[in-house]
Amino acid sequence: MPKDHGIGASTKRREDVRFLTGTGNYTDDINLAGQAYVHFLRSDVAHGRIKRLDTSVAADMPGVVQIFNGADFEGVGGIPCGWQVTDRHGNPMQEPAHPVLAQGKVRHVGDAIAAVVAESAAQARNAAEAIELEIEDLPAVVDMAAALADDAPKVHDDLDSNLCYDWTFGSDDDAIKAAFDAADHVTTLDLVNQRLVANPMEPRVAVGDFNRASGESTLYTTSQNPHVIRLLMGAFVLGIPEHKLRVIAPDVGGGFGSKIFHYAEEAFCTFAAKALKRPVKWTASRSEAFVTDAHGRDHVTTIELALDADNNFTGLRTRTMANMGAYLSTFAPSVPTYLHGTLMAGNYKTPAIQVNVKAVFTTTVPVDAYRGAGRPEATYQLERVIDKAARERGLDPVALRRQNFISEFPYETPVAVAYDTGDYTATMDKLLEMVDRDGFEARAAESAKAGKLRGFGVNCYIEACGIAPSALVGQLGARAGLYESATVRVNATGGLVVMTGSHSHGQGHETAFPQVIAEMIGIDADMVEIVHGDTANTPMGMGTYGSRSLAVGGSAMVRATEKIIAKAKKIAAHLLEASEGDIDLKDGQFSVAGTDKSVAWGDVTLAAYVPHNYPIEEIEPGLEETAFYDPSNFTYPAGAYACEVEVDPETGRVEICSFAAADDFGNVVNPMIVDGQVHGGLAQGIGQALLEGAVYDADGQLLSASYMDYAMPRADDLPNFQVDHSCQTPCTHNPLGVKGCGEAGAIGSPPSVVNAVVDALQRGGHDVTHIDMPLSPGRVWQAING
Amino acid sequence: MYEFEFKRPGTIADAVAALGAEEAQALGGGQTLLPTMKQRLAAPEVLVSLSGVPEMQGVCMDDAGRVCIGGATTHATVAAEAADNYPALAHLAGQIGDPAVRNRGTIGGSLANNDPAACYPAAVLASGATIVTNAREIVADDFFDGMFTTALDDGEIITEVKFPVPEAASYQKFLQPASRFALTGVFVAKFPGAVRVAVTGASEEGVFRWTAAEEALSADFTPDAVAGLAVSPDGMISDLHGSAAYRANLVKVLTKRAVAAC
Repeated sequence: MPKDHGIGASTKRREDVRFLTGTGNYTDDINLAGQAYVHFLRSDVAHGRIKRLDTSVAADMPGVVQIFNGADFEGVGGIPCGWQVTDRHGNPMQEPAHPVLAQGKVRHVGDAIAAVVAESAAQARNAAEAIELEIEDLPAVVDMAAALADDAPKVHDDLDSNLCYDWTFGSDDDAIKAAFDAADHVTTLDLVNQRLVANPMEPRVAVGDFNRASGESTLYTTSQNPHVIRLLMGAFVLGIPEHKLRVIAPDVGGGFGSKIFHYAEEAFCTFAAKALKRPVKWTASRSEAFVTDAHGRDHVTTIELALDADNNFTGLRTRTMANMGAYLSTFAPSVPTYLHGTLMAGNYKTPAIQVNVKAVFTTTVPVDAYRGAGRPEATYQLERVIDKAARERGLDPVALRRQNFISEFPYETPVAVAYDTGDYTATMDKLLEMVDRDGFEARAAESAKAGKLRGFGVNCYIEACGIAPSALVGQLGARAGLYESATVRVNATGGLVVMTGSHSHGQGHETAFPQVIAEMIGIDADMVEIVHGDTANTPMGMGTYGSRSLAVGGSAMVRATEKIIAKAKKIAAHLLEASEGDIDLKDGQFSVAGTDKSVAWGDVTLAAYVPHNYPIEEIEPGLEETAFYDPSNFTYPAGAYACEVEVDPETGRVEICSFAAADDFGNVVNPMIVDGQVHGGLAQGIGQALLEGAVYDADGQLLSASYMDYAMPRADDLPNFQVDHSCQTPCTHNPLGVKGCGEAGAIGSPPSVVNAVVDALQRGGHDVTHIDMPLSPGRVWQAING
Repeated sequence: MYEFEFKRPGTIADAVAALGAEEAQALGGGQTLLPTMKQRLAAPEVLVSLSGVPEMQGVCMDDAGRVCIGGATTHATVAAEAADNYPALAHLAGQIGDPAVRNRGTIGGSLANNDPAACYPAAVLASGATIVTNAREIVADDFFDGMFTTALDDGEIITEVKFPVPEAASYQKFLQPASRFALTGVFVAKFPGAVRVAVTGASEEGVFRWTAAEEALSADFTPDAVAGLAVSPDGMISDLHGSAAYRANLVKVLTKRAVAAC
């Protein structure tokens, strides 16, 4: 029988009550007395030189408080990049300046040129329209290959070229050459992992405030990691020491990575509030979100897979161009490198793997982490080339994968990571149980009667979550630690407050984290409250991304709770006049082993704060502990996914008939929340496979700049998912044995969709080996019709 | 959105008078106009809502057996009230946008806007409907005049649309994946002795009649009758969502399917 509380229970999400009844407190719900509003004048050209910027008319418009431009930020730092990649020659990447407001040049449509602060948002916008602006057009730099040509116009005049870095990773040249020279067969595939827009439901918002009495600045912002924003903005942009800067990220309506990064609007609102001595608020419109939120993906790749005569994978070589956009967003350089190259082994024991990435500046919106971040790109190319190899060799795609699975753990890959545990055969077996592959031919025959082509696609994936340890990522170029923190405060009457450095933007921390504590102490989860999102009342934490919250943040909470329990046992031992070593804690009762003597959790916590009868010479009063947890390794969730599609050959329309996901997330705290995370990830992955795509024209205009042209997945685009996470190989190095589930669906699903469509077309007699995503009806029809 | 004056007259005459003002603009359901105003791409000084004119509301049958729809009737009302007498038209109305759009958007607004990917123009043209305005009656073949352009004069209001009811009809809409407007939509209407085929979403000239298919289907009303016809991609829309050749293909495929569904 399923558990009804603690670890393993599908407890309903307590936060959903406020989210679903309109009582959440999002950043746009925050309105401060005397607040002014900012509207940004943004570039409508991709690349140009600002010849004239005259704000004199606009400044006299009704309600205008002040108009700022790039000159106002000349003494102020630029938006920093949080990761420095070293190229294959040992040189640091080219790192351009990223001013808060454009200085001299604009480099993408949406680049902010001036900021109008006014009494109302409408007045600010009216005045922005009255700004006289003259921009000398420069050639747009959109295509990455063209951007790398010798005579390409430079996005940043002070850099040598548009090449951010040329990075090579994994096996050395000799090993790779030997593998390919000895190959019996090489399968090559050129593919594009298209640019995406994250599109969280809540657009970005920032409210800056300044307290004249204390001299403290406060920023309310839609962030996944308020401490990171405080550090980056305070230390690198505005020069505000952390004890004078508070960053609050209240309820956040989705992020998918796009709210990790420090954005110029946050710095502007904080700066302007201090300059004007009044709060300044910015709320992005959806149109602004399309041209200012960091985009995701945008890789162009050639991948080659070498196989021996027995179809063992013997070598893998990839060459990728990764679009950075116009500036380096906070973690942009890490995505195509350490979050992509390190995953190229996938689930397979390929002995030689080499990854090359050229990161390129273009006159487009900056690109950074988006759900999966590098790992979907790795998974997609690997699982597509394996499928192509299976077809070229006349092999069953499942059998070819099984044959090459890594089966012994720990396993050191040629791309620098060590998988602690996994069982890829088990998830594949589970997947095949779920999908009725034997019935496929009958279903295909039914489809054929209706004029449709049916196809089956499968893929595996592995991801690396909870990027760590700090010492390693520091060597790889991270300018931040990647630990997590928690303070557990026990109140006198036994309730607990956990102040976590993780930040929920929809993941359900407020429900899942208390389940862990409830399990550890044996109390009701309702006795535990989760506090997050405010640098003033949580310990320095790194926030939520990379499926790290439970694995890293949850582990910090466990460590702090272990300290709490250890101290509480000392108090209990004193109250029970027993030896500390004899005290057991179970179901909220401390008892003396082998006796019927016990004392309740609440009596012990009361004693901690009312220490009348207390071992005061041994321990301090109070019951509050903090832990910082720095993992020794990544975690490695993995799984096997399958998709069945029907293609209408007359129109090219793809319908997903079924989708099954067999995941190994290690231990699972709340299966319902995990199901939901997988469902959401699958929706985004299928959205990438079939629907979504950010497209620039040659002039650098974003053609898909609204929902009229950017196709978001809707419920009726998706089947009822079959998900399973009963295959569990617990993580060996964190105290919960958990691995992370937030990104798996988005990482694992695109290849099986594309594999299934190619399978359908091949079965229909069409010689189609690849179609680039999104597999829109028009593209599929074009592929069929040459 | 810029500031504007809002008027909501109760009669056609008052509406026409209100539209005589400088920079006045009629407002149907606002499903295109209001987002355009919010984007500050349109800035009427006077917005004249037609939603308060009772004589422009509802669906009825006239003595000639035509389905007559008031110009300010919402898509949802058409979907419900035309279902018995002209099911293909009701079905078309029930597929426009989402429930929120269908409960605000109106037939008159859609036709006056003449979006090249809108659904109603296909039904009007294929049905050979008559557009009634405050000033005159305009037959469908004379009404549509290219993308976002119609025969309407400034200040002229669509008060009613009269649809002859075909023996059989079907509208086949292929969705543009993002907007869910018609990437291409084909309305086939079979009348005694003649078949009319109207295509929306495909042409740079807006809705049009596919006369070659009409002739073939008038002779032989089967899907196979159009199988041998070629549709030229010349003049078809080519964009992110489909090439001109793809749209030309859809015209034929959807026409076949519409005939099969009749």
